[in-house]
Amino acid sequence: MHIQFETIQNHLIVKVDGELDHHTAEEIREEIDKQIDSKNIKNIIFDLKDMYFMDSSGIGVVIGRYKKVQKSGGQAAVINMNKRVERIFKMSGLFNIVKKFENRNDAIESL
Amino acid sequence: MMKNSMKVEFMSKSQNEAFARVVVASFASQLDPTIEELADVKTAVSEAVTNAIIHGYEGKDGTVSISCRIEDREIEIIVEDNGKGIEDVEQARQPLYTSKPELERSGMGFTVMETFMDIIEIESQKDVGTKVRMVKRFASCEN
Repeated sequence: MHIQFETIQNHLIVKVDGELDHHTAEEIREEIDKQIDSKNIKNIIFDLKDMYFMDSSGIGVVIGRYKKVQKSGGQAAVINMNKRVERIFKMSGLFNIVKKFENRNDAIESL
Repeated sequence: MMKNSMKVEFMSKSQNEAFARVVVASFASQLDPTIEELADVKTAVSEAVTNAIIHGYEGKDGTVSISCRIEDREIEIIVEDNGKGIEDVEQARQPLYTSKPELERSGMGFTVMETFMDIIEIESQKDVGTKVRMVKRFASCEN
């Protein structure tokens, strides 16, 4: 698992590569929350281009981060998602709270 | 008709979630499943093993066992723990139900297993343990 951050205006772009399961969830959660708390972050954008495994622990991580940014009026989005991860999102109803965009420019423009 | 079986046991450490997925997927691959089918199996195994670690043993040391049986185009996977058991299995199977909301669990574990596998059976007894039996039928190979 590898995690990269980039801040563009008040958008936090989080690229999570590898596997998001219960084992990696805690570290990912902590790292993201540190970024949200220390910077002036409004919206969170998950770049899932190189996420090749995610289970329901990942759903928990996404919902948790959505709730966190939502408290200060922010939104959550996802970009570059593969079919596999999309299936998990669909199944769990995550698209009701997380918007999907093709790429980061679309996401930044729309949020 | 193809027939094979295997059994693996490991400590209830979260590092072993990835190990369990890979072991079962590599055993299942002798049936030449599609990438999609293999991903379904991996995800379901991940959910069952995570449940054993978080809920069965609640982070304490214990043993999780997985036995797999292949018969024809079908794989049966049994994930077992000797943990605290599930008091109300029907409730645990409900989408979004979690006994540990403080851990930011989504409550979707059993729903994921039900979605990705053909059969899910749960047997659980308080303070004895939990046994999850899953079956997946792979589409027939053309070759």
